[in-house]
Amino acid sequence: MNEPFAPPRPPVPLARWALIALAVGGLAGAFAYVAGYLDPQRLTPKRLVDQLQTNGGLHPGYRRNHAKGVCVIGRFDSNGAAAPYSRAALFAAGASTPLVGRFALPGGNPYAPDGGVPIRSLALRLTQADGQQWRTGMNNMPVFPVATPQAFFEQLRATAPDPATGKPDPAKQKAFFEAHPETSAFRAWIKDQKPSASYATDSYYGLNAFYFVGADGARHAVRWRVEADNGAAAAPLGAQDVNTLAAELEQRLARGPLRWRLWATLAAAGDPVDDATQVWPAQRPQIDAGTLILERAQDQDSGECRDINYDPMVLPDGIVASADPLLPARSAAYAESYRRRTAEEARAGGRPPQEAAR
Amino acid sequence: MNAETNAEPTRRDETMFWWPARVLHWLMALMILTMLFVGAGLVASVSERHAWLLALHKPLGAAILVLAVLRLALRLWRRPPPLPRELSAAQRFAAHASHWLLYALMLAMPLIGWAMLSAGGYPVDLGAGLRLPPIAPFDPSWFAALRWLHRTLAYALFALVLLHLAAALYHGLIRRDGVLRSMLWRRREIVEQDLG
Repeated sequence: MNEPFAPPRPPVPLARWALIALAVGGLAGAFAYVAGYLDPQRLTPKRLVDQLQTNGGLHPGYRRNHAKGVCVIGRFDSNGAAAPYSRAALFAAGASTPLVGRFALPGGNPYAPDGGVPIRSLALRLTQADGQQWRTGMNNMPVFPVATPQAFFEQLRATAPDPATGKPDPAKQKAFFEAHPETSAFRAWIKDQKPSASYATDSYYGLNAFYFVGADGARHAVRWRVEADNGAAAAPLGAQDVNTLAAELEQRLARGPLRWRLWATLAAAGDPVDDATQVWPAQRPQIDAGTLILERAQDQDSGECRDINYDPMVLPDGIVASADPLLPARSAAYAESYRRRTAEEARAGGRPPQEAAR
Repeated sequence: MNAETNAEPTRRDETMFWWPARVLHWLMALMILTMLFVGAGLVASVSERHAWLLALHKPLGAAILVLAVLRLALRLWRRPPPLPRELSAAQRFAAHASHWLLYALMLAMPLIGWAMLSAGGYPVDLGAGLRLPPIAPFDPSWFAALRWLHRTLAYALFALVLLHLAAALYHGLIRRDGVLRSMLWRRREIVEQDLG
């Protein structure tokens, strides 16, 4: 290279123009690559959420997954048993932490029938006195069907409605499950599971592993679940039960608060902490951390849970995410879903646009 | 000021940016470019990259905000070297306008990001136990507007950075008028030679 500032002879100006073009073009090209424009095969939050929209239909203002739900307000009362393992303030003995939660059905259709599928979910946002938050999204099954975002994307594609029939193609679904043996634990669960008649009688599992971090800095791999303590379940729902769960929850809450026990399971060395398709052995130590108490429900179109993104990576000091690849994917996809639905809400004047119920 | 005119090594060269301004310029050039790439990468990723880029994005943004305020104060306190007299009025206007836009965006972007997280109800965690208070109401319409603005202005800032880079190289390689040199470190004898 010539010394660019004091060259012995003026060099060819064209080469200098080329150098400028190369610098600017190179930087712009690198940016385009990082932003995903040159890489259409990459699984991005946008592609994942577009697929959810394809599967569930576009319902402006609603979540792209778990679109049908109901807000709940309550608290978590800690008994202190988890405090030796996690320094999070909400686990301290006697701590009572307010929460805004949400029960929901899977899928992107806010008008889905309650009796259609047996899956139910419970999301929670607990806010500590110091402003730190613990957000978690749990399902009523002990395992997730797939272990990676890519497999989840392929599952969505395999279960997408066929444009011709409006229903998923059974051959595609069969081919997907055969190609993914890791789904077997989930399939075994769903085969015998009937759609429960109440959100209150199901237990909900965190699915992904996390680490509790103690006051001494020691990390403990854990999974959490909440076990229902609200009496026996009624007969399961049938296909004709379209809108029963929210009303049933209201009736129960009118009689008094609902309770779940929060359990944390400690992993042993060698247990998989990055694979939500595998349960840990039943003999692992269980910590009864306290009681989740739900006191009232709110309509999801106007309730406090509406504008919360239940991002499972919003965690207080004392809980950290594991290397489970589903966690950052959930975080990224939820953010994209939140971006879309808040924009739709804003355009509709600050509430979900009204659709005719179907 | 002392009135000594003998050539001391500490003599201020009026054709150069003051050295703290140069240090801040290059440090922030690196930080802002990094920040733009981190932002673009995190919204286009579902892998573990998403998580660590997001964890980096927030403290880096806060640091840029602090440094941008400091840099603006420096610039107002000690004016930058004058532009070459032979520049046309249009070039002068472009130079001034692009610089003030760069300053406006490097201050606005972190503030919009911070307000956006506030409006979305997210805790504004910078890591290492540092958390900023919310600076906007928890409101989805606010979030939607700020989220759109954050992305739109990020692209505008990147375009402006490219323009700034192109202009700097144009001054340094094509015009060779000392504008690029005013932001660099050079050995004194080369400076003498150039001025001669």
